[in-house]
Amino acid sequence: MATVVTRVRRSFSTHWYAWAMVLPVVIVLAVLVGYPLGRGVYLSFTDANEANVGRTIGVNRIPATYQFVGLDNYWKVLSGQEGHFYSRLTWTVLWTASCVLLHYALGLGLALLLNRKVRFRALYRVLLILPWAVPAFVATFSWRLMFNEKYGVLNALLTQVGMDPVDWLGDATLQKVSAVAVNVWLGVPFMMVAILGGLQSIPAELHEAAEMDGASPWQRFRHVTLPGLRPVSGTVILLGVIWTFNMFQVIYLLIGQGASSESEILVTYSYRLAFQGVRDYAGSATYGILILSLLLVFAVFYRRLLTRQEAATR
Amino acid sequence: MSGTTRRPRERGQRSRGASVALHTALICASAISLFPVLFIVFVSLRGRDGWQEPTRFVGFDFSNYTHILSETKFLTWFGNSVIVALGATVLGVLIAATAGYAVSRMRFPGHRPLMWTFLVVQMFPMAVLIVPLYNILGELELLDSYAGLVLTYCSVSVPFCAWMLKGYFDSIPAEIDEAGRVDGLTPFGTFWRLIVPLARPGLAVTGFYSFITAWGEVAFASQFMSSEDHYTLAVGLQTFVGQQKAEWGLMTAAAVLITVPAGLVFFLAQRHLVAGLTAGGTKG
Repeated sequence: MATVVTRVRRSFSTHWYAWAMVLPVVIVLAVLVGYPLGRGVYLSFTDANEANVGRTIGVNRIPATYQFVGLDNYWKVLSGQEGHFYSRLTWTVLWTASCVLLHYALGLGLALLLNRKVRFRALYRVLLILPWAVPAFVATFSWRLMFNEKYGVLNALLTQVGMDPVDWLGDATLQKVSAVAVNVWLGVPFMMVAILGGLQSIPAELHEAAEMDGASPWQRFRHVTLPGLRPVSGTVILLGVIWTFNMFQVIYLLIGQGASSESEILVTYSYRLAFQGVRDYAGSATYGILILSLLLVFAVFYRRLLTRQEAATR
Repeated sequence: MSGTTRRPRERGQRSRGASVALHTALICASAISLFPVLFIVFVSLRGRDGWQEPTRFVGFDFSNYTHILSETKFLTWFGNSVIVALGATVLGVLIAATAGYAVSRMRFPGHRPLMWTFLVVQMFPMAVLIVPLYNILGELELLDSYAGLVLTYCSVSVPFCAWMLKGYFDSIPAEIDEAGRVDGLTPFGTFWRLIVPLARPGLAVTGFYSFITAWGEVAFASQFMSSEDHYTLAVGLQTFVGQQKAEWGLMTAAAVLITVPAGLVFFLAQRHLVAGLTAGGTKG
């Protein structure tokens, strides 16, 4: 017993200032993230909705009457009874994969071009970063105008060259294509700048040595550039996947609330459950927890993949 | 270098064809990134209904700008956005700086879990937190108030700032801390007098990032701010183009007015932004 006390005391005396420094963050996280998360998990085990949560109308306080229903919500969603989860999950995965792939490929391509000695490089760089400087909600509204079926500039250009106008935001498939296009436009600059930073940190001697050894440009790209980019790529792809999976604004503002819900990703659907029609707090919380679980599983696997790759190359 | 083999070109020289291809690719990409921006500026100068004729070059005036500045609540929303974003930034950076430093420099029990927490919270979809936060703020009567939204944004910005700042502190040599300690500074003294001044660019960029994030946030703001006087820009703009209205002329003018200041600040900060984002993540 006494040894435990001394150990705690010794540990405290060595680490007290470290703990004091992280204390504010821990408090903020506990109050603003931990507690709501706990509550969210709890809500997902209940049947809470607008009609049965506690609320105040005028001076009357109406107590909450929702009940604990255990894993019922999860069962409904995962067994397909609720009927939307798997189709939305498929679309969300497709959306994330296509956006991140395009972000990375285009970002890498442009970064490689900008990494060469080229005239007007500074000007190109500024122009290419421009979409990142535009706030996402502004850009999304602007694209919505350009996609407009009757008055949009894209259809105006199509009719100029003699093609039929296209219902960009009304058709179920084209909605998705449009959303991916907007998100790619917004997201490429970040990837480009990040990868450019990675390219510039690869020592030039490596390329020179490979060239002396007679490696072709493609071989140099495969065996010098890509491995050198690995740390940066690992981080930006992870961030990109998380951000895109949770990308609320583009889908919500571009397709609007009146559109076919086919194009909703999990996050926007969860939001709709919570705040449109009869507010289904429990269903929304269930979706939220499921999204979080999916992302966590992905992140764990991804990290493992990266460490295994690193071990293999050493 | 080129003495050993006879080549038609110096090493590192491009053929004319490759140069043309390179510039063509870059010009195309630049055009795609520039076009929407120019188009919106163009439409905003075409008066109230000019957007219905996107390919005509007539009728330029500033009527959209004068209209939104005088007849709508645009300036109020602008102010609200600034207040909320500034609040979230100041609070976030202040709280996060000490934690980032502690995690960067000291090995203490709870160090790894804390790092993981920072990372995991980045993954939280707002869908997990929005309903509980809505209910909690409702209980505290903080719905439709600046304070409520600032607190909400802190849940996003604090972990992120801590993560970024750890990366910056890692890049400051630990010898500086040791020198401070040798000269008799406490850990806090070292942090305040030596590290914070050195990390000023990092603090600025981190702050800027959380500002931009709060500035453009849609989901929380749309739900938590219910009275028109408290709308942020991201909410207010939705009233221009909704189910029944299509005031695209006003919308585009507002877009230009929002993007110009944001864009200017952004270009000043962006160089350091990426370095911080990727530095925090590479060293666990």
